[in-house]
Amino acid sequence: MTNVALTVNGERREADVEPRQLLVYFLRDQLGLKGTNVGCDTSSCGACTVLVDGESVKSCTVLAVQADGSDVTTIEGLAAGDDLHPVQQAFHEQHGLQCGFCTPGFVMATVSLLRESPSPSESEIRQALEGNLCRCTGYHNIVRAVEAAAKAGA
Amino acid sequence: MSILGNRVVRLEDPRFLRGEGRYVENLDLEGALSVTFVRSPLAHARVNGVDVSAALELPNVQVFTGADVDAHPFGPPPHWHITTGMERPLVARDVARFAGDIVAVVVSEDRASGLDASELVIVDYDPLPAALSVEEAVKDDVLLFPALGSNVANRGGADDLDDRLFDECEIVVSGVLVSQRMVAAPLEPRSAAAVVGDDGRLTLWATSQTPHTGKMVVAGLLGLEPAQVRVVSPDVGGGFGAKMVEPEAVLVAWLARRLGRPVRWTETRSENMLGLPHGRGQRLSYTLGGTRAGKLLAYRLEVLGDGGAYPALGAYLPNLTALMANAVYAIPKVETRTVSVVTNTTPTTSIRGAGRPEAAQAIERAIDRFAAEAELDPAEVRRANFIAKDAFPYATPTGATYDSGDYDGALDLVLRSAGYEELREEQRRRRAEGSVVELGIGLAAYVEISNPVGEAEFGEVEITEDGGAILRTGSHSHGQGHETTFAMIAAERLGVPVERVIVHRGDTDDVPKGTGTFGSKSTQIGGVAGRVAADAVVERATALAADYLEAAAADVLLDVESGSFRVADAPTPSLSWAELASKASADGRLGELRAAHEFQAPPTFPFGCHLAVVEVDTDTGKVVLVRFVAVDDAGTLINPLVADGQVHGGIAFGVGQALFEEVVYEEDGYPLTGTFVGYGFPSAAELPSYERIEMVTPTPNNPIGVKGIGESGTVGSTPAVVNAVVDALAPYGVRDIAMPCNGENVWKALREARG
Amino acid sequence: MIPAEFAYHRAESLDDAIEALGRDPDAKLLAGGHSLIPALRLRIARPSVLVDVGRLEDLRYVRDDGDRIAIGALTRHAQLAVDPVLGHGCAVVARAAALVGDPQVRHRGTIGGSVAHADPASDLPTVLLALDASLVARGPDGERTIPVSSFFIGPFTTALAAREVLTEIRIPKVDRGVYLKHTRRAQDWATVGVAAVVADGTTHVALASMGPTPVRARAVEDALANGAGAAEAAARAGEGTEPPSDVSGSGEYRAHLAQVYVRRALEQL
Repeated sequence: MTNVALTVNGERREADVEPRQLLVYFLRDQLGLKGTNVGCDTSSCGACTVLVDGESVKSCTVLAVQADGSDVTTIEGLAAGDDLHPVQQAFHEQHGLQCGFCTPGFVMATVSLLRESPSPSESEIRQALEGNLCRCTGYHNIVRAVEAAAKAGA
Repeated sequence: MSILGNRVVRLEDPRFLRGEGRYVENLDLEGALSVTFVRSPLAHARVNGVDVSAALELPNVQVFTGADVDAHPFGPPPHWHITTGMERPLVARDVARFAGDIVAVVVSEDRASGLDASELVIVDYDPLPAALSVEEAVKDDVLLFPALGSNVANRGGADDLDDRLFDECEIVVSGVLVSQRMVAAPLEPRSAAAVVGDDGRLTLWATSQTPHTGKMVVAGLLGLEPAQVRVVSPDVGGGFGAKMVEPEAVLVAWLARRLGRPVRWTETRSENMLGLPHGRGQRLSYTLGGTRAGKLLAYRLEVLGDGGAYPALGAYLPNLTALMANAVYAIPKVETRTVSVVTNTTPTTSIRGAGRPEAAQAIERAIDRFAAEAELDPAEVRRANFIAKDAFPYATPTGATYDSGDYDGALDLVLRSAGYEELREEQRRRRAEGSVVELGIGLAAYVEISNPVGEAEFGEVEITEDGGAILRTGSHSHGQGHETTFAMIAAERLGVPVERVIVHRGDTDDVPKGTGTFGSKSTQIGGVAGRVAADAVVERATALAADYLEAAAADVLLDVESGSFRVADAPTPSLSWAELASKASADGRLGELRAAHEFQAPPTFPFGCHLAVVEVDTDTGKVVLVRFVAVDDAGTLINPLVADGQVHGGIAFGVGQALFEEVVYEEDGYPLTGTFVGYGFPSAAELPSYERIEMVTPTPNNPIGVKGIGESGTVGSTPAVVNAVVDALAPYGVRDIAMPCNGENVWKALREARG
Repeated sequence: MIPAEFAYHRAESLDDAIEALGRDPDAKLLAGGHSLIPALRLRIARPSVLVDVGRLEDLRYVRDDGDRIAIGALTRHAQLAVDPVLGHGCAVVARAAALVGDPQVRHRGTIGGSVAHADPASDLPTVLLALDASLVARGPDGERTIPVSSFFIGPFTTALAAREVLTEIRIPKVDRGVYLKHTRRAQDWATVGVAAVVADGTTHVALASMGPTPVRARAVEDALANGAGAAEAAARAGEGTEPPSDVSGSGEYRAHLAQVYVRRALEQL
């Protein structure tokens, strides 16, 4: 077991982990943050996307020990109380989600994208979401949601 | 003003957006043991023995093999007419029949140690020859169930083919289209958890589109009374037809009873790619004949279907393909014949479209081939042969009765919206300048069948003490948005705000009956059941309100604008729902404000016309879908926002089949597409925005006029895209391209045509 | 999936990492983890101990060294993609880095990890091969420089010794360079990748996914040196290659694609 201490959604969290513990299972099983989903085992689908030190990463491809000392934001850390984050709000208004399983990953990937590129074109949005898979929406409304979030200055 | 037809944002969204989805995997289950399945890596093998001794040396590990599991084998219901004797033991005993067949079950304290232990289970296999394709299996050289003497799992259609079927035809085209095997790939892998309560009742949480059917299956296989079983299917991360209740969930239930402890399982994606039933897998041989002027006279469709190792719904689906064979066309003579066989592959089932896409793929390819042969515009051949707008209800030669349609209207709308003539002009321009990147334009007109077997659905409306409502439905929602659309249906009838209608579904203890969600049937039976139940509640509430208003029931009306009851012609006094419910509650009469209904109706036939525009790089074969114009008519729309989403998702699924997706097995039967790396379904980067055009032709088959919309996008999009790719390459002599039309298959077709 | 068990050692310094590697023959170096962790998770890789060099911040840099550029092995793809020194001095590396994986992968994956992993379908190794990069490795006996041409030995196999750590990648400054790749989907590995650069007046061409390692298209280079045009030279792209057959393409399709993309790369140079 190795001790890790990190900031998750603004709160300091500390725990003993097995070295093989993946960040996503650390978040889900040890911290009880079950909003981050696991959709594949090959770093392909992006459902597990969280922010580590402000950048999108696939938390299935990071060991918890690697995240020691980092600042992690998960989907649970976005909304301010009753108010959804502008990216969440845009996904809601544009019907950018259906079954909801890929949604936390898409939302986090979008937050990261808009930090790096505040007003991306449709083509840039589509390229930037290449690492997130959705089987329900056909992506049309996800792209609309990212555009709307960008417009709202998210 | 009615709320129906408005773009209402979904009521269920916030929990998903906040990461509070109630998926089975998120269930807190104190002390639950973890289940790991050991699966055969071989397509076909004799299982001589399973050595569990090394695994048992790990702390707190138990292993169960086929000999331990006393549950009944898993088989299809009798009305699918699948050959008996092909049922699936929950854990394979003597023979493993596909790569993925379960050969042992490990139970451990946690997921990681379960994986560790599963690696230590040593299975002694003798490989057997495998039949991996329908072409191989139909020869009966390799038999999956030797005692039966044949691999045939189901047959349908004509016993003898009419050898004069095409005698009057001036042009006859024929071909073979392989509607390749795909996976549903819901983003959520399957999960199940089970607990036996102090009262001995079993509760199974499962990722299922059909919890009520699941309850009957679990009870049946475990030898329990249905009342002893509760199945809960909470939020489910996509199903697409493949997530019903499979052997894994039954085994989890069996283990909970055997061990007397809570048990849970969540599959990995690699496991999901092997274990979740696959779909499509049909080899379609078509022949289409008609006059040189473009009038179609005869069509023959023969289907060789792939049931996988243990046949169930997938082996039955060719019958549905045959039923929809002639699609939107009035063809005087139609002949179909279907055979399904078992193969040493993952069992097959319904996936988005389920039998109907295959029918559309065959005939839409055939029409384009016919048009090319007759040197006619493919749009004109379609128009000349559509079933006329005034011909409904229309009885097809294959035995379907189409409810309503306007196929001409859909074609006109799509051609106009897309700018068909301008596209053809651009195509000519590129061809003239010898561009490396050719433009292709593809059309597909389609009709599909929703609620294909004419099932019933349960709906119940209950007014709560605070004047809100609960709508219980036997339909399930795993992305479709029932919590919004069903609430809209009840809200409109009751005159309460939509957010005051809470939709309950997915728990067999809370909702007494249900048939679940598949075949695009939810709204047209489940939504309508809710509507009829709401009618009954309004009637009862009116009578009750009449008591309180001291008037005759016939004189009392519900003003849906204000959600209150009053005497006709007298604005006051009135009773709001909240006042009525409160009074009723005080008087012990709240129970009167509750009514249930089971609504059964014949199938409906959504239709539409899709147009795809592709660019094909003739050097590399790479295809890029640049535009997709879709007219989809599913009758009355409850919530156009949700309907758009259903169409978009359907289109992407169909484009996936046309251009990207295919389950591929190695020669020894091991799947090469066992992860999301190998199996490449498209991301946003591979797809364009879609141009969806609404069209509304209500069905007479239910009081709302609504048809299903979940699958129609898939039915039309695959053939539209394939036709576009072939169209792009017509000048090179290309007449057909195997799906998926990825770079390599296009390049091969080009190379062959160029000689 | 969850990896098999392993021990974990967080290196405090390069020397510490080298020492830790020396303690256990089945030790494995962990950088960004974006090649290794997927393999661990599928249990294809089963090291006894992971030596994590991910926090050695002094290995994260892009430095202008006059006529060449030095890149610290732990520099992430996302940093390479926007680095101004690379943008001016060797933009082809930045552009190729922007095509690696997807944004999440680029945020964590490192150039050193990618090179040391030696996947024959990988983008940056192919570009480095075309650039005749030099790879600096440090081991218990000190530092040595390995020419990239002798670095890739086989699939996932390099010239690095068991106790060596790749520390720096040195590339020449070139202003003409192209990297093209054919993929099924944007996030997929290259079915075929082609890097073409002009260095010291000669054209170098390297191919991804055309054999057990990234390979130089020597026949193409020779043809160009002998005055052949792009199309004529590109026709020889398959010579000396052993393209694999897998779900992203057959060997024969790859051989064809190599010709097309080499021609296009040369035309774009």
